[in-house]
Amino acid sequence: MSWPLWEVFVRPGRGLAHTHVGSLHAPDAEMALRHARDLYTRRGEGVSIWVVPAAAITASSPDEKDPFFAPAADKIYRHPTFYPVPEGVEQL
Amino acid sequence: MTWFTYLLRLGDDALIMAQRLSEWVGRAPVLEEDMALANIALDQLGQARLLLSYAGEVEGAGRDEDALAYFRSDREFLNCQLVELPNGDFAQTIVKLLCFGVYQDLLYQRLAASADERLAAIAAKARKETAYHVDHARLWTLRLGDGTPESHRRMRQALEEVWPYTHELFEDDEVTDELAADGRAVRPGELRQPWRATVESLLREATLEPPTEDWAPTGGRRGIHTETLSYLLAQMQSVRRAYPTATRW
Repeated sequence: MSWPLWEVFVRPGRGLAHTHVGSLHAPDAEMALRHARDLYTRRGEGVSIWVVPAAAITASSPDEKDPFFAPAADKIYRHPTFYPVPEGVEQL
Repeated sequence: MTWFTYLLRLGDDALIMAQRLSEWVGRAPVLEEDMALANIALDQLGQARLLLSYAGEVEGAGRDEDALAYFRSDREFLNCQLVELPNGDFAQTIVKLLCFGVYQDLLYQRLAASADERLAAIAAKARKETAYHVDHARLWTLRLGDGTPESHRRMRQALEEVWPYTHELFEDDEVTDELAADGRAVRPGELRQPWRATVESLLREATLEPPTEDWAPTGGRRGIHTETLSYLLAQMQSVRRAYPTATRW
């Protein structure tokens, strides 16, 4: 099947961000959206769907892992770990 | 008895549609479409369960949804012949889904205002599903009709096959007359014009011509079916009939 690949993002609720949930094949954007609805929101998982052509995504490569991400590891002052998270806050 | 008959007609339409569509599972052109058709089949099955359960209660003879689905023979099924037609190729399935989906959507829209509260509630719930079924059929009709010469040819062929069976959907009879009079049901004939308007404009948008009128096979509402229904029922019912007392699966 030569249909292009689409990446699917679903927003699980109001106030939350769209999250990548998977991918699918579809001939065009309109069908991709329908297929995404059938494949990824069958059990009421979402209130909004984005589909993005996989070809439009520029991704970092595993080879670049160290220069990209390693320098962040020892800069603890960048991490918000110096204050307690208030109780009952689920989405932070 | 009229009310039972009417509910059975609605329930059988949905049940046989569900069974036919589910035959695509594992065989659709692509995985994504496999899931889409299975979803639609499950929607139809859900509608069938609500309608047949209600029919069983109305009949009052102790038959539940399973008894009605698994222990009636072909002559006792009151679905329209359109839904029992074999799936054919993908184009034929899409044409069937379009023709039946638009009919069912218009019907449920009106039944949502039925004088019978329970049927009105079932119809209101089902309508959200049928709107999606129509949308799915619409998108494929546009893509196949206005697609390649081969997809266009197959859609035309499918229309020739399916179209004659659409006339039966709009037949009034003494059952629908009686129930429409007290506001519980809809006269199928009233749906014909809006149905034609919707389907024909969509076909034209997909560069397809609605077939010219020809023959109009009928009889499903009275239990007269094409021979394909018997095979469908044999497959659907055989396990249940082989183990009629089984309670766990």
